[in-house]
Amino acid sequence: MGFEDIIPLLNSSIRFAVPLLLACLAGLYSERSGIVDIGLEGKMLGAAFAAAAVAALTGDVWLGMLAAIGVSISMSMIHAVASINLRGNQVISGVALNFLALGGTVFIGHSIFKRGGTTPNLAKDERIGAIELPLAQEIGQVPVIGPIYEQLISGHSIIVYFAFLAVPITAWVLMKTRFGLRLRAVGENPKALDTAGISVFLLRYQALVITGILCGIAGAYLSTAQGANFSENMTAGRGFIALAALIFAKWKPWNALWTCLLFGVLSAAQIRLQGVEFPIIGEVPVQVIQAAPYVLTVILLAGFIGRAVPPKAVGQPYVKER
Amino acid sequence: MVENQTQNAQQPASAAELPAAIDLKGVSKSFGPVQANKNINLTVKRNSIHGIVGENGAGKSTLMSILYGFYTADAGEIFVNGQKVSIKDSSHALELGVGMVHQHFMLVENFTVLENIILGAEGDHLLASSKAAAREELARLAKDYGLEVDPDAVIEDLSVGQEQRVEILKALYRGADVLILDEPTGVLTPTEADQLFRILEQLRDEGKTIILITHKLREIMAITDTVSVMRQGTMVGTVATEDTSPDKLAEMMVGRRVLLQVEKTAAQPGQKVLEVEGLSVTDEMGVPRVKNVSFDVHAGEIVGIAGVAGNGQSQLLEAISGMFEPLLGEVRINGKAIDFHGEGVADEVREMGLAHVPEDRHKMGLVTQFEEWENSVLGYEDSEKYGKGPMLSLSAARSEAEKRIEMFDIRPQNPRLKTANFSGGNQQKIVLAREMDRDLDILIVGQPTRGVDIGAIEFIHKQIIRLRDEGKAVLLVSVELDEIRALSDRVLVMFDGEIVTQLPPTASEKEFGLAMAGLDPAENE
Repeated sequence: MGFEDIIPLLNSSIRFAVPLLLACLAGLYSERSGIVDIGLEGKMLGAAFAAAAVAALTGDVWLGMLAAIGVSISMSMIHAVASINLRGNQVISGVALNFLALGGTVFIGHSIFKRGGTTPNLAKDERIGAIELPLAQEIGQVPVIGPIYEQLISGHSIIVYFAFLAVPITAWVLMKTRFGLRLRAVGENPKALDTAGISVFLLRYQALVITGILCGIAGAYLSTAQGANFSENMTAGRGFIALAALIFAKWKPWNALWTCLLFGVLSAAQIRLQGVEFPIIGEVPVQVIQAAPYVLTVILLAGFIGRAVPPKAVGQPYVKER
Repeated sequence: MVENQTQNAQQPASAAELPAAIDLKGVSKSFGPVQANKNINLTVKRNSIHGIVGENGAGKSTLMSILYGFYTADAGEIFVNGQKVSIKDSSHALELGVGMVHQHFMLVENFTVLENIILGAEGDHLLASSKAAAREELARLAKDYGLEVDPDAVIEDLSVGQEQRVEILKALYRGADVLILDEPTGVLTPTEADQLFRILEQLRDEGKTIILITHKLREIMAITDTVSVMRQGTMVGTVATEDTSPDKLAEMMVGRRVLLQVEKTAAQPGQKVLEVEGLSVTDEMGVPRVKNVSFDVHAGEIVGIAGVAGNGQSQLLEAISGMFEPLLGEVRINGKAIDFHGEGVADEVREMGLAHVPEDRHKMGLVTQFEEWENSVLGYEDSEKYGKGPMLSLSAARSEAEKRIEMFDIRPQNPRLKTANFSGGNQQKIVLAREMDRDLDILIVGQPTRGVDIGAIEFIHKQIIRLRDEGKAVLLVSVELDEIRALSDRVLVMFDGEIVTQLPPTASEKEFGLAMAGLDPAENE
C-alpha cells in the first residue's frame, strides 16, 4: 500500500470517525454531569430523520439541521425530566428513547413519504456540501504536504471541521471555565455544589441541552452530509460505539478524539479488506472482516488503556437531603 | 476598624453591647408529624465558641440547617448581627456570612484543594483569574489562622484532618464570620482533634464566631465558652461552660441523672470459654490483617480489645464469629475447635454458644427495611420457638419481640415499625436483645455504642456488665478507649494485626496511647 493509497483510507476514516466523535462528546457532557446517556443512538437516529425529512420537504438543508438539533434536544429533555426531576432509572429512560426513535422515525417517515420509512434522496444542493479550503489547488502541487492538504484536510463538510474543533473547545470548557468546573463537580459530588449554593438541576439541564445539540449535529451529518437520505436504523449502533468510546476515552475529550479516529481507521480499512486474498489463509469471510474493527478496538483499547474510572455520581439521581 | 478595636480593648464592656452574631427567636420546624424544633430561642455572642449538645434526634442538626438555609423554618425569627433575615438557601446564608462545615465533607475528591475552594464562588466565567485570587487569599488565611494546606494537592491524597481544613477554608474564603461545625471530631484522631481546637481558638481570637455541634461532652468542656443543650426538639438551656460540668450537661441532655461512670464489681473469672491460638487472617486482597494472635477469654470476665480503627480488630471479630475463614490458627469454644471449612460456619459457631453483635449494625446486624420483629428473630428463624417445620409462627415471633422490647427498653414500643425508623441506640438494642436473650456462653461485641445516645450507652453498658455477672464471657472490641477502660477487666491492645500488649484497664491514658501507636510503653519511659 503506497502513499497514494493511504490518503483515501484516512479520508474515509475521518468520515467514519466524525459522527462517532460528535456522539462521544455529546455523551461526555451528559455523563460528566452525572447522567448516564444510553440514548445517544436514539437521539442521533431521530435527528438524522428530522434533518433528511425537513431538507426533503423544504429543500433547505439548514432548516433540516435546525430540525435535527430541535428533535435531539427535545429527546434529551425527555431524558432530563425522567432522570433529573422524576429521579427515574437513567438506563431505562435511555433505552426507551432508543426504541421510540427506532419505531417513530419509520412510522412518521412512512406516513409522510410512503417509501417504507426512507426519505427521498436529496439533490446535491439540498445536502451539506464540502468546503474547499483556500489555495487547495495550488498547495496540492507541492509534494507530500500538497496531497495531504488538498485531499485530506480540505474538501470536507463544515460538520467535520466543527467536530474536530469541538474537541479542543470541550477540553478548554471543562478545564478553564466556571461552567466546566461545575460540570465536573456535579458528576463527582453533586452535594458539594448544592451546599455551595449552585443548582444541581439547572447545571444538569444545561449539560443535557449541549448533549442534545451535539447528537443533533451528528444525526444531520449521517443523513445530509455523509448520506443523501434517511433509511431505517441508519445509525446502526454508532451511538453505542460512541458510548463505548467514551469509556475507553476515560471521559476525556482528547482521548475521545484518538479513540474515535482509531475506530474510524479500522472501519475504513475493513471495507478495503473485504474480498482481498490474504497470504496463506486466502479469502476471509466478509463477516469476519466486518467484525474486525470492533474486535480490534476492544483488544487495542482494553489491552492498553487500563482501568477507566467513571464520574462518581453518574447514574445516581440527586436527592436533596441531609 | 482599627479604631473600633482599640475602643473595645479600652472598654471591654462595649463588646456586649454589639448585637449578637446569631439570634433565633421562637424557631419551629416540623417534618410531617414529627416536630424537630419546638419554639427554639438561641443567642450566640460574637467572638465566642458556642457549643450545642444534645442526643441524636434532639434537633441540633435541623436547627443549624435552618440557619444555613438548607431548610426554612415553619415559624420564628432569625437575626444575624442584629438584622432580621429570612434565609432562603445556602448561598443566601453565605452572603450573610454564615458558613457551615458539614459532618460529611462536601468536597469533590478528584479536584485540587484550589478547585474545591473556588467551586461555586468563582466570580468570573473563566477560572484563571479566580484561581490566582484564591491562591493569594489562601496564603493569607494560612498565615492568619495557621490553616496550612497545599492548594495544588488533590483531595483524595489528603488526610481526613486536612480535608476538614479545606472545608473550613472554603467557608472562610466565602467570607464566613459565623462558622458552624457539625460533629467535627467524629472522624479525627485525637491529635488531629487537638489541632482543630487550636485552629478554632485562633479563629475566635481573630474575631470569628464558632458554633460547635457535638455529642462529646469532653470537647464542650475543653473548648467552648458557652453551651446550649437541646432535648427532643426543645432548647433546655444555655449556660457558661465554666459554670457547668459533664454530669450536669448529661443530665440536661437526657432529662434525668446519668451515670457516666460504669459501676461494676471485680471480675470472678471461671473456666476458659474462648481460646484463640495462632490466628492469622488475610483479607480478600491477600493483605495480612491479623498476625499470629493468641488469647483466652474466661467465663465471668470482659476482655477488651483496644486499638485505633483498622488495625485488624474487624477481621479478628469476623474470623472468630465464623464469617471469614482464617489463614492459620485455631479458635476453640468450650474446648471445641471451630471447623472453618464449608458454608454456614457462623451458624455452627452460634450453635456452639457464641453470640455476636457485629460492629456495623446496618451492614451486618439488621435489615433496616424490615419491621422490628423480623429483625428480632433474624438468624434464629429456624428455632423451635418460632414454629415447627417451614412455617413461621408470626404470633410467637411477635410476642417474643414484644417481650424483648420490654426487657431492653426499646422505643418506640412497636414491633411492627420499620427498623430504619428507630434511632441508632434503639437499633443497637434490637441487635443486643436478639443476641443476648438466648442460651449463650460468650458474647463478642464490636463497637457496642457507635452512634448511640448517652442514655442508651448507659443501658447497653449495664447489660454487658449484667451478662458478665451472670458468669458469661465477653469479648469487647471498641475504638472508644474510654469505653474499653470502663467496661473491661483486662485489655489487649492491637496494632498492625498483632496483640502488642496486655494492660489493666487502670493503666494511664499515656500508656494506652503509646501501645495503640505500636510503641512499647517500657521503652519510652
